[in-house]
Amino acid sequence: MKFAEFRNTERDLYLFQVRIGIAGAAVMVAFALLFARFIYLQVIQHDYYHTKAEDNRISIVPITPNRGNIVDRNGVVLARNYSAYTLEIAPGKVADIEKTINELATIIDVRPSDRNRFKRLLIEAKGAETLPIRARLSDEEVARFAANRYRFPGVDIRARLFRQYPFGELASHAMGYIGRINDRDLTWIEEQDLESNYKGTDHIGKTGLEQKYERELHGTTGYEQVEVDAAGRGVRTLSRTAPTAGNNLVLTLDLTLQEVVETAFGNRRGALVAIEPSTGGVLAFVSKPGFDPNLFVDGIDPVSWDELNTSLDRPLNNRALTGVYPPGSTFKPYMALAALETGKRTPSQAIFDPGHFDFGGRRFRDDKVGGHGMVDMYKSIVVSCDTYYYTLANDLGIESISRFIGQFGFGARTGIDMEGEGIGVLPSIEWKTRRFRRPDQQKWYAGETISVGIGQGYNAYTPLQLAVAMATLANNGVMFKPHLVKYIENVNTGERRFVEPQPLKTIPMKQENIDVIKRAMAGVNTEGTGARAFAKAEYTSGGKTGTSQVIAIKAGEKYNESRTAERHRDHALFIAFAPLEAPKIALAVLVENAGFGATAAAPIARMVLDYYLLGKKPVKPAAADEAASDGG
Amino acid sequence: MFERALHRIAAPIDGTLLAIVGGVILLGLITLFSASYENPGRLSAQFANLGLAFIVMLVASQIPPQTLMRFAPPAYLVGLLLLIAVALFGDVRNGARRWLNLGVTSIQPSEIMKIAMPLMLAWYFHKREAVLRMHDYAIAALLLAVPTLLIARQPDLGTALLVAAAGCYVIFLAGLSWKVIIGLGASALASLPFLWGMLHDYQRKRILTLLDPGEDPLGAGYHIIQSTIAVGSGGFTGKGWLNGTQTHLEFIPERSTDFIFAVYSEEFGLIGNMLLLTLYLALIARGLVIAANAPTFFSRLLAGAIVLTFFTYAFVNMGMVSGILPVVGVPLPLVSYGGTALVTLSFGIGVLMSVQSNRKLVQT
Repeated sequence: MKFAEFRNTERDLYLFQVRIGIAGAAVMVAFALLFARFIYLQVIQHDYYHTKAEDNRISIVPITPNRGNIVDRNGVVLARNYSAYTLEIAPGKVADIEKTINELATIIDVRPSDRNRFKRLLIEAKGAETLPIRARLSDEEVARFAANRYRFPGVDIRARLFRQYPFGELASHAMGYIGRINDRDLTWIEEQDLESNYKGTDHIGKTGLEQKYERELHGTTGYEQVEVDAAGRGVRTLSRTAPTAGNNLVLTLDLTLQEVVETAFGNRRGALVAIEPSTGGVLAFVSKPGFDPNLFVDGIDPVSWDELNTSLDRPLNNRALTGVYPPGSTFKPYMALAALETGKRTPSQAIFDPGHFDFGGRRFRDDKVGGHGMVDMYKSIVVSCDTYYYTLANDLGIESISRFIGQFGFGARTGIDMEGEGIGVLPSIEWKTRRFRRPDQQKWYAGETISVGIGQGYNAYTPLQLAVAMATLANNGVMFKPHLVKYIENVNTGERRFVEPQPLKTIPMKQENIDVIKRAMAGVNTEGTGARAFAKAEYTSGGKTGTSQVIAIKAGEKYNESRTAERHRDHALFIAFAPLEAPKIALAVLVENAGFGATAAAPIARMVLDYYLLGKKPVKPAAADEAASDGG
Repeated sequence: MFERALHRIAAPIDGTLLAIVGGVILLGLITLFSASYENPGRLSAQFANLGLAFIVMLVASQIPPQTLMRFAPPAYLVGLLLLIAVALFGDVRNGARRWLNLGVTSIQPSEIMKIAMPLMLAWYFHKREAVLRMHDYAIAALLLAVPTLLIARQPDLGTALLVAAAGCYVIFLAGLSWKVIIGLGASALASLPFLWGMLHDYQRKRILTLLDPGEDPLGAGYHIIQSTIAVGSGGFTGKGWLNGTQTHLEFIPERSTDFIFAVYSEEFGLIGNMLLLTLYLALIARGLVIAANAPTFFSRLLAGAIVLTFFTYAFVNMGMVSGILPVVGVPLPLVSYGGTALVTLSFGIGVLMSVQSNRKLVQT
C-alpha cells in the first residue's frame, strides 16, 4: 500500500512536471510573439514610427513679418502698424458660435457691428483658423477675459499687428487699404506661388499702393519649429527663421500739398493730380470724396460698407485714376499745338468769330454771344474761343487730331503704379468702328470732329491722363511715366531702390511751337480766363480752364430730385504748370458739377502752386459753397 | 541573539529570485523617474510602496505552505463576501464599482482574490488529491466562476482576467485531462459571440480599436496609437533615458501606470525590451523550477499558478502597449507605479520563496 502510494506520488509529480514544462513552453511562445512584435515595431517599422513621433512633436509656426510703412516724400507716415490685442474665435473649435458670442458679450463689450462683421468674415474667410470678434481690447478687457478663459474653449486673445492710416481719409485713394484675405486674394496668392509666404498672414493690399506694392510691403514670413505637447501647447522652440519685414515705400507725394488740395475741395467731388514734369513723380493724388481706409482693416462692418457703396457721391470711386471726363477747353492747347505742328495754322493767322460756326446745316455756338471778333491763336487760348477750334478741327480732320493728341497719352493707360487705371476714349475712325456694331453707327461723321475740337463729343479722359499730358507739354514733349513711389527702402539694410524717372518718349515737336502754346497759357493766367484766380501770383505760370458737359445721369444712379439738378451741371476743369521756365509742377484738376472751370477749379490750382512754389498755405477754402459759380 | 533572528528571517529568502526581482524593480524605478518627471512625488511614493511590498514579501516567505493552506478557505470566503459587499455597497469610481469603503481606508477586494483564488483551488485539489474525479474539476470551476463574474461585473476586466487565469492555471496544473481542455476550448470558441454580447460597450470598443486603431484616433484608439508610436520610434537603441518625446510631451496617457512600458520601450529601445523580457523570463523560469520541485500538491499548484499569473501580467501588459492585445487595466509587474499590484505580486513572490525553502519538509 505504501509502495503504491509512493508510486502514485511519483507519477503525480511527473505529470505535474510535464504540465509545468508545457506551461513553460507556452511562456516561451508568448514572449517570442512579443519579441517579434518589438522587432516589427522598432526595427522594421522604425522609420515610420519615428516620423510619426516627430510629427507629433514638432509644429511649424509661421511668424508674420511686419508690413512695410508708407511715408510721403518728407517722411510723414501715412500707413504704419501697431500692436493690439484681439479676441479671436476658432470657428472649427466652437460648437455654437452664437451662444459663445452671447456669453462673451457678458464680460466684454461686443457691439452689433462687431457681430455683423464677424458673420461677414465667417462667410468670406472660409477655412481661416481664427477670426476676430473684437479688435483693440483694452487692458481691462484683456484681464477680464483671461480670468474667464476656461469658460471659452476655442476663444483666445492674440496680440496682432494692425494697419493704421493715421491721416484717415487723407490720400485714401492713393494709399488704398488692406483687408482680410478672401477667395480672390487666395487665387492671386496661388498664381504668384506665394502660399508659403502667406501662411500666417491675414491681410493683403486690396486697392491703391497697398495693392500695387503688396509684394514689397509684405515681407518674408519667418518660421519657428516649436516642440508641442499632446495638448498642442508649445514647450520650446527648436529653431527659428526670423521674418524679414516688408520694405517701406517712400512716396513722391507731398502730404501737406495733398492736405491743401483736399481741404480746398471741401465736400465737393472731383479729382486732382499734380506731377513733377521732369520726373513723372506724383506730388498730389486726390479723389474726392475719400473714405477712411481704417474701416477696412479689421473687416468693414456691413453698415459702413453699404453706406460707402450706395452713396451717390461714390466715395470708393477713384476718380483720378478711373473716372473719365470730357476735357472741355483744356483740350485746346493741344489742338493749337497740332495746328502748328501740322502747319494748318500759324500763330498770327486770325479768324473772325461771329459767335458760331455753321457746319452741315448745324450751328455750333460759341460761349460768348456775338463772338470774340478777330481771334488769333494766342487769343483763342486766352479767351477760350470755341469757334477758332471748330474751324481748326474741321481743317485738321479727326485722324490728324487723334494721331497728334494721342502722343500726349490721351486715351491710353499712363502706366502709373496703381492697378485698375481707366483708359478713356481718344476718338478716331478706328475707335468708332471698334466701339459700335451697326455700320451706320460705325461711320464717322465730319460733324462729330467739330465737337472733338473743343474737348467735347466722344472725348473722355482720366484726370491722371490730363495731368500727364500737361506735364509732358510743360516738359517740352518729354513724357515721363507717372509714379507715386519715389524709392523702396529695405528696413534691414537701409538700402534704397529708387524708382528711376522713366522717360517714356519724346514727342517730336518744334520748340518754337511749344513756346507759342506756353505763352498763350501764361496769357490765360495773366489776362484770360484764369486771370482772376491767379491775380498777383508771385511766379509765372501757364493754365487753361475747361468745362466738361454732363450729358446724362449715369445708369444705376438713384433719382433724387434735390440733387439731380446739381448733378446735371457741368464739371469744372483746370490744367496748369509753373513756373513758366523750367516748370516744377504740372497739374490737372476737375471739380464735378461745379460749372465753369475758371471759378471752381482754377482757385484750387492756384492754391497748389502757391503752396508748392512758395510754401504758402491757403487761409480759407477756395470756395465756400459747392455751387460756387454758374456760367459756361 | 538579534543576529540569529535576522538569520532566521533571511533564511527562506531565495537569492536568485530576489536578484531578478531587484533587477526588474531597478528598471522600473529608472523608468518611473522619467515617466513621472512632472510629478516627482510619485517616485518617493513608489519607494514607500516598495518598502511595504518588501515587508509583505518577507512575511509571506516566513509562512510555511502548510500554514498558508489553513488560511486558504477563510481567505477565499472573506474575499467572496467582500466582493458581494462591493456589488451591494461599493463606491463608484471612474464608472466602475470596485472599491469598498471601510471608513478608515478603501480596499479593492478583487485584489485579494488574485491570491485567494489560487490558494483556494490549490487547497481544494490538495484535499481531493487521492480521489480526484471529474466532478472535482466542476466544483473548482464553480469556485473560479463566481468571484470572476462578480469582478467582471464591476466592471474590471483586467482583474477578472487575472483572477480567472490564476484559477485556470491551478486547474490545468492539477491535471485536467486534455480531452476536457480541448473540449472546453472548442466550446469557448463557439460561445465567443455570446460572450461578445455580454461585454460592456467600452470593452467592445477596446477590442474593435485593437483591430483598427485608426478608426477612432482621438478617442479609444488614442492610447494604442500613441503607445505604438512610442515603442516603434524607440528603435533599436531607444531615444535615451529622459529623452522620450512621446513620454515627455505627454502623448502617452497613463504613462507611469498601465502604459509605463511605452516609456521604457521608447527610451531604451529593442535592447531594453530584450533585457526586460530576459529578466521576466528568468523570474518565470526560476518560479517554474520552484514549482516543479515543490513537495506537496498544494505548494506545487500554488507556486505554478502564481508564476503563471505573473507571466500573464507581463504578457498582457506588454501585448497591450505594443498593440497586439486589447487595452485592459493590467499593470506591468514590478514596474508600474502603484502599491496594490506591487503588494499582491510581492506576496506571491514571498510564497514562492516559502515553497522553495520548505521543499524538504515532507521528506523529513
